[in-house]
Amino acid sequence: MEVEGSLRYFGGRWKFLAQLRAGLPRLGFEARIAEAPTARAALWMARGDGCRLEALPVAVARLPPEALELPANLGIRTVGGLLRLPRESIAQRFGQGLLEELDQAAGRTPEARGFFIPPARFDARLALPAPVTQADRVLFVARRLLDQMEGFLAARQAGVRGFSLDLLHEDIPATRVTVGLAACGRVAEHFMRLLRERLAAITLKAPVEAIRLEAAEPEFLPGKSGGLLHDARAGGEEWLQLVERLQSRLGIDAVHGLDTHPDHRPERAWVAVSPGKEIFSKAGRQEGPRPLWLLDPPRRLAEGEFSLLAGPERIESGWWDGADAQRDYFIARTGAASLAWIYRQRGAEPGRNWFLHGFFA
Amino acid sequence: MATLTDILQRQAVWLGGGIPAQAIEPAVPTGYPGLDAELPGGGWPVGGLAEAFCHTEGIGELQIVLPALAALTAAGHRTAWLAPPYLPYAPALRAAGVRLEQLTVIRAPGRRDALWAAEQALRARSFHALLLWLPQASYAELRRLAVAAQAGPGFVLAFRPPEAACESSPAVLRLALEAGEGKRGTGEPGCPHAPFLAVQILKRRGFPLAAPLPVPIARPACETPTRERPAHALGRAPFSAAPAPGAVARACAA
Repeated sequence: MEVEGSLRYFGGRWKFLAQLRAGLPRLGFEARIAEAPTARAALWMARGDGCRLEALPVAVARLPPEALELPANLGIRTVGGLLRLPRESIAQRFGQGLLEELDQAAGRTPEARGFFIPPARFDARLALPAPVTQADRVLFVARRLLDQMEGFLAARQAGVRGFSLDLLHEDIPATRVTVGLAACGRVAEHFMRLLRERLAAITLKAPVEAIRLEAAEPEFLPGKSGGLLHDARAGGEEWLQLVERLQSRLGIDAVHGLDTHPDHRPERAWVAVSPGKEIFSKAGRQEGPRPLWLLDPPRRLAEGEFSLLAGPERIESGWWDGADAQRDYFIARTGAASLAWIYRQRGAEPGRNWFLHGFFA
Repeated sequence: MATLTDILQRQAVWLGGGIPAQAIEPAVPTGYPGLDAELPGGGWPVGGLAEAFCHTEGIGELQIVLPALAALTAAGHRTAWLAPPYLPYAPALRAAGVRLEQLTVIRAPGRRDALWAAEQALRARSFHALLLWLPQASYAELRRLAVAAQAGPGFVLAFRPPEAACESSPAVLRLALEAGEGKRGTGEPGCPHAPFLAVQILKRRGFPLAAPLPVPIARPACETPTRERPAHALGRAPFSAAPAPGAVARACAA
């Protein structure tokens, strides 16, 4: 990894190294970190655990065993010894390959390394150190995979709309936990919160041996630039996260917006829409007074329970779609001072034809 | 020598006859000037928990908060109704001037779910007004909500049953709502459903208000002209069975 050009961004060499040392184990990697002016030298130093290139044993070059015998017989034990040999004799005795590698390590010739190309979708598996019987314990381990996924997505400037976590058991098929997002996201912290709500609701059939995290198709999601002033859009993102968190615990339908719908039947004159959806419908013709509370379904009323104040407003609609309504609506007083919206079902048997449909709250 | 105003500013002396200066806090106007004048800051307390107690639905209890909701949503702020007991009816809300796209309904059937959702909503600081219906809540639970509300951009109004008014509460504002009786504020003699709401301020920052405050609200039966009653409807049994319906309807229509 070439970092010199970016050191200032990370706050200097020490801070960068500290970040690496803290971050890699969290992802479940064991790392030996070495720095050198060239990539090949850094690789050798990481293998050799040494601090100087010259002092490294010859073995770090990963030569075939028979090729290693020759320098050993010559009394050359370190990379420094090899470097001091004349170039021609290295090529002659040890082959062109080693000479090239030595040149690359010493920075005499450039080294072309293949770019790292991440896979198209995130899919990772992690074995648990010990079988786990409580679903929420899995969360701690899942954190590693989610961190990996965040790095994976950040590198591709992408986000996902959902992911699923398979809890793998020994004998029986895996338990799948699917998490959906209201908007494209990539932050592990956020995924954790959603996953926590889902896992809390699960009881396990068998101990979990391993977990597997599979992300949905990544979508382009540009990174956030930190704003100089407080950004108004940041509030919008917080709101989306809130909606997701509420929906993941209470259910998708439990959080919704409202819209009006052009239908004369009161129970169909409104619709639930996804929260925050832009609404294009216009206020329709004001029909009669409408209550703020609607009862769904309407409650049957006995005849002595109300006194009529105003009405009727006749609503007759829906004979074409099977939900035929023939009603006369009245404003009525119920109880001591409540105003209610009640209707009389036309054509129904008298005495059983009054219904309470709303309150003027 | 210290003048009287200096002493009062230091708050060395408690002044009984007004709302103390430190109680003046940001607030969302309720839309009822008479009520605003009695509330510290002149409206619903921003970052505070308010409680409203009400016996029964249908006395116009939501009218007290509707003008504020209409103003907030028109300004592009989000509002939410959490755990409402019935369906908030979109056509009526729209007619009251509420911009529907700024309104979110959160249904939470269980008490624990409702409290959890309220806390999440408050911590996210997303709503300028949060109305919630909490039939039961302990002091500690309300305290959590009040703390979560503190940093928020708006007010929280919890509708609670009247029994809860006797319990102590961390709310900064507590209102008891009752249907107004008598003929006050109507201008329509004889209409028993005077369109006003008697608001008793049980608790506010500052001293409590002794007398209920009449707040004029919009009520359907008295403000809309009743059409001619069709004869076939009047002749039916339900009308004669109901207690003196005709008189009431005629009085309102007059």
